[in-house]
Amino acid sequence: MADTIVMRVARYQPEGSAEPTYDEFEVPCPRDWVVLDGLNHIKDHLDGTLSYRWSCRMGICGSCGMTVNGEPRLTCATFLTDYGSGPVQVEPLKNFPVVRDLVIEMTDFMQKLSAIKPWIIREEEKPLSDGEYLQTPDELAAYKQYSMCINCMLCYAACPIYGLEPEFIGPAAIALAQRYNMDSRDQGAEVRNEVLSGHDGLWGCTFVGECTKVCPKNVDPAGAIQRYKLSSALDTLKSWLMPWGARE
Amino acid sequence: MNHDTGYTSYHPRWFRKRISTYWWLERRSYLVFILRELSSVFVAWFVLYFLLLVRAIGLGDTAYQRFLEWSAHPLLLTVNAMSLVFIVFHAITWFNLTPAALAVRVRGKRVPPFFITAPNFVLWVIVSLLLAWLVVGAR
Repeated sequence: MADTIVMRVARYQPEGSAEPTYDEFEVPCPRDWVVLDGLNHIKDHLDGTLSYRWSCRMGICGSCGMTVNGEPRLTCATFLTDYGSGPVQVEPLKNFPVVRDLVIEMTDFMQKLSAIKPWIIREEEKPLSDGEYLQTPDELAAYKQYSMCINCMLCYAACPIYGLEPEFIGPAAIALAQRYNMDSRDQGAEVRNEVLSGHDGLWGCTFVGECTKVCPKNVDPAGAIQRYKLSSALDTLKSWLMPWGARE
Repeated sequence: MNHDTGYTSYHPRWFRKRISTYWWLERRSYLVFILRELSSVFVAWFVLYFLLLVRAIGLGDTAYQRFLEWSAHPLLLTVNAMSLVFIVFHAITWFNLTPAALAVRVRGKRVPPFFITAPNFVLWVIVSLLLAWLVVGAR
């Protein structure tokens, strides 16, 4: 195995060039080094001006998502040795504006997350003296998968719909809505439905399925969206067939 | 979307990459997806073709014979052969996607995707065999 590997890193300096360029760096390639270790080596020893986001190094914080050899990946979970003799090309996440080097602008994503009201909505809060809202293991299992999202945005980078129509609310936001809708303590499905059944909501999804493939936490946003579509269509059908009793 | 974060939504210095018109050629899965979307055109064509067949039968023997002659035209044979390929592709990809939309839980455990996909294929084969028997066997 080679001792070093070449990393080809996208650079964008807004005060300089109008288009991104690429810099090549030769970095050590021990068996346990991930792409993020390579970037840190570049920053520490070769070029201190390289900008990128990272924090936890263990697939929890969701900050180090980048495009590695064309695929959206968490750089902390992508080993350099998996790319053989290299080179490993590192670019910012697709479908987002680039601020600098590998740093993307995520305000749009943040606004989409908050638009679906990701908190437990109650029609009426019960008094504190009644104790907490209890939940069985089965009720927890119903939504737990969707609660594992770390907001790394890999699904947005993989989604061609979001790339073509940035207004589309996107995979992670819909999966997060599903996480609360399926929570037995929540009563906000109808409120969220106003956002999700709108023009830029879940029907924008044409089921490419890439979001699920790239998700590092197995959240399965594509599945969440299709299940949402199914239940939403059934609700509409029910309201046509039984205009009075469909929604209790 | 509300823009109360204080950021400029379209910052002049951000770099935005234009999506290529041929984005669907960039990944195999994108291409498969586009082909699956395209296959719906052929599904629509088969529905239309079937309706025309029913109409020809309804109009009597001469119309039916004319329909058969029309169907034997090389151009139509090519279109129908291509449609068949696309419809088989449509059916296979569609059935493979069903477990994503149907999350069936039995005793608190999710039914494995195979048990959602398999009945679709089995039913498809049975119906196809039944139709083949009706067409070929009834002679």
